[in-house]
Amino acid sequence: MRRRTVYLLIFILVLFGFALWSAVPLDREVFNREGLRLGLDLAGGIYLVYQADTSNIEPGTEDEAMRGVRDVIEKRINALGITESTVRIQQYAGEYGVAIEIPGIADIEKAKEMVGLFTVLEFREQDAAGNWTPAQGTVNNETLTLTSRYFKENTDIAVDQYGKPLLVFEWDETGAQLSEQITTRLLGKQMAIFLGDEPLRGEDGHIIAPTVQAVITDKGQIEGLSLADATELKGLLNAGRIDVPLGKWENEEFKPNIPLYQWQVKATLGEDLIEKSIRAAAIGIVLLLIFMLVYYRLPGLVACLALGIYGVVLLAIFKLVPITLTLPGVAGFVVSLGMAVDANVLIFERMKEELRGGRSLAAAVEAGFNRAWTAIRDSNITTFIACFVLIWLGGELGARMVSGFAVILLIGVALSMFTAIAVTRTFLRLIVGSQVVTNLKAYGVTSFRIARNTK
Amino acid sequence: MIDFVGKRRWFFLISWILVVIGIVSLVISQIELDSPLQLGIDFEGGTSMMLKFGSEVDQSQLREEISRLGYEKARTQDADEGRFIIYTREIDSDEAEELAERLGTELHSQVEIIDYYYVSEVVAAKTARNAFIAVIVAAVAMLFYIVWAFRRMPKPFRWGSCAVIALVHNVFIILGVFSLLGLVAGVAIDALFITGLLAVVGYSINNTVVVFDRIRENKARGISSDFASTVNSSIVETLGRCLNTALTTLFVLLALFLFGGATIHYFVLVLLLGVIIGTYDSLCFTGQFLVVWETGDWSSLVPWAKKAAQ
Repeated sequence: MRRRTVYLLIFILVLFGFALWSAVPLDREVFNREGLRLGLDLAGGIYLVYQADTSNIEPGTEDEAMRGVRDVIEKRINALGITESTVRIQQYAGEYGVAIEIPGIADIEKAKEMVGLFTVLEFREQDAAGNWTPAQGTVNNETLTLTSRYFKENTDIAVDQYGKPLLVFEWDETGAQLSEQITTRLLGKQMAIFLGDEPLRGEDGHIIAPTVQAVITDKGQIEGLSLADATELKGLLNAGRIDVPLGKWENEEFKPNIPLYQWQVKATLGEDLIEKSIRAAAIGIVLLLIFMLVYYRLPGLVACLALGIYGVVLLAIFKLVPITLTLPGVAGFVVSLGMAVDANVLIFERMKEELRGGRSLAAAVEAGFNRAWTAIRDSNITTFIACFVLIWLGGELGARMVSGFAVILLIGVALSMFTAIAVTRTFLRLIVGSQVVTNLKAYGVTSFRIARNTK
Repeated sequence: MIDFVGKRRWFFLISWILVVIGIVSLVISQIELDSPLQLGIDFEGGTSMMLKFGSEVDQSQLREEISRLGYEKARTQDADEGRFIIYTREIDSDEAEELAERLGTELHSQVEIIDYYYVSEVVAAKTARNAFIAVIVAAVAMLFYIVWAFRRMPKPFRWGSCAVIALVHNVFIILGVFSLLGLVAGVAIDALFITGLLAVVGYSINNTVVVFDRIRENKARGISSDFASTVNSSIVETLGRCLNTALTTLFVLLALFLFGGATIHYFVLVLLLGVIIGTYDSLCFTGQFLVVWETGDWSSLVPWAKKAAQ
């Protein structure tokens, strides 16, 4: 037995052990990764895409404004204890949009409300009953609520003489008038900052409600915040300065609150589909394994073992990267499994030919691998090409299921090349090298007729 | 030994029939539906929703009710276990809820929307454009790959062209099948259809490369002076590999097609068809076409014409 083979075997076993440890059970947390991530189609949830009306924004600052919008939406969703949501900014031909995915929520109206199609923060005061009501004042005979719209853009963090963080802000003209009226009235009382109907909270969960200690006209500061809270608040207040309505553009006209794209799945459907696809995949895989065993005998058994390792390592990759598993992803997994088998089949067929040609077992194994390698490599290139194109396509709006399939197929095919070349070969070398099984029938060769027909 | 090359007239006849049926269906569909393939909401915009009924509901009755409620153009798909998918124009979630409720009342059944999917025309147009770009980019990339993979072949251009012709032939058959399904059963193509198509195009090139590689090897070894029999030996030698690979993939895909649920039913069908046709073409079409080209036996391409005097 050659030393390299032994090293490879140890490597494979360690890899397998590690993969098994991280993959089982599927919902266990490993390295701060939660269980297997399921896509919307399997877990249920909501996916919304809006276009942004950036006409109120100074040209050149759109990126910053959109980041603010994203932070604000994330904040609102997280406030409800939903942690796996994703909010992404999309940019397409100079237009901006936001894509929001919230897993596990079924009520679309609630979700839309939660996403909050506005990003402006509102200042509120407590009435006699302790309820928070909008802090209002009168400017030019108009009753206005004090909101983040009236901030100047230079809200920043400063440090007081004791090294404590301060949030320094400045109002514009209207804001200064409102602020003067309100802070005069609320001297010694608390004010809170609301995003929709949710008050902003600090890291530790308490409501951020500073007490008004002086009448604030144009400039003011908030004390007593932790550095993290101050940083976050600074971002939110700056983002809330500009109103970026979300909706959709239609014929040059902006329709607020109407999504561009909306997808919503009940969790019950997802559960049913998980059950069905697992059963279907299991039936298919069992058939595949039986076929490999019956047709290829001992090498077939080796291939089955290699496939087992393949499956576990793939699951571990899904968890560790992490990769979101969707229904098309399951199909991608199945196809990649077929391709993993394909590599083995190519090798075994070559090996059989070499055996029939009268080569020794060990020589046939080596020749089988060496000759099949170019075919395996070449035949996977087209799949890689297709996958890369599909991942690009899927990355664009509206085709998210596409990338789910392509990413899994890509990883699966790459891994299948590894299992065929490293795992199957090492196992076969070990079996052949240790001379445990020498009967050629075990390798699927029943006669020594020369296969190549010369007619 | 099976004579794959000798029977090429028959295989070409089968290919012709499949391709012609496909083209006819694409043309009829273009006339009837204004599009060669029934386009799904991914490409046209609209709403799809899966309704789950509490009691047994008849699909034709459902279709009738939907059209009576003012959604004449809506299509329905049976998704088993009292579930139906309805495809219709852009309606918002309120209107969808209302429609579901009214359907429930009319059909005397409890009803629940378990999957609601809405794509505005803006997004759909973009998806269609992106899908088109993706297909073009993939096609060009694969052509480059074919040029590269066939650089070692005796006549790279000729052999590569055969592979490309086989590819186009496969794509036409799959498009034809889906066009027919669109006409007969209202099956629409979506973004996943394009995905499946690109994946199986890759698969069919793989098979062709394996067979052609063997032809090249056998030709170099000079196993026969007759090109047709060299090709035939090569096909027979790779038969095991081609069939086994196809079978193992088909086992799992078939299981997924039969038991995997309605959502990816047609996606898996594209993959299934692609694997079957991709295997068929590498055994019964591509090599044979190469023989025709190499030997100048063009008459066998039109199998219905009288065999040239030999």
